[in-house]
Amino acid sequence: MIGDIPVWLAALVSGLAVFGALLTLLGCVGLLRFETFYRRIHAPTLGTSFGAIGVLLSSAVYFSATSHRFLVHEILIFLFISVTTPITLTLLARAALYRDRVEENDPTR
Amino acid sequence: MSQDILDWGLLAAQAMLGLAMAATFYRIAAGPRAQDRIVALDALYTVAMLMLVTFGIRTGNSLYFEVALLIGLLGFVGTVALAKFLMRGEVIE
Repeated sequence: MIGDIPVWLAALVSGLAVFGALLTLLGCVGLLRFETFYRRIHAPTLGTSFGAIGVLLSSAVYFSATSHRFLVHEILIFLFISVTTPITLTLLARAALYRDRVEENDPTR
Repeated sequence: MSQDILDWGLLAAQAMLGLAMAATFYRIAAGPRAQDRIVALDALYTVAMLMLVTFGIRTGNSLYFEVALLIGLLGFVGTVALAKFLMRGEVIE
């Protein structure tokens, strides 16, 4: 650890980290419990949107309090996640729909 | 005092992220079809990235961010390649 930080700042950092981790955990439990593929594909986006925002914001607050570092890493990671997740999930849903049509399964099942 | 709050909060966050990784591992092992496994792998990449960010806060080292960025990049490329493989049956045409 680099330096001492006040109590409210430590509480803010750990609260944001726990918030983000809790949302990510909820998303992965949804991935575990939903029944069909088309329902399952929605659940992990909870982790890639607000879960990532919570954890990265906590890291940004902590590092701007302890060391004088510009928070470009967190912004870069969040931009990258929020741009790439819709692309991958759209491609994956289209591939799954194509496979279901070829095999003549009912996608709405 | 503030060190204790930080330590326990980060430990709780890491435990939750570990449980999330266990859930995605179960879906990778037991997913009924290939697309379920790929969605779970994508979620696993994201959770591992957030786990590395929490490790970075805990150690106060900014080296972990480079690794997190790298994991995000490789996860995107890998998932797109796997989705294309499911669609066409081959990655490079």
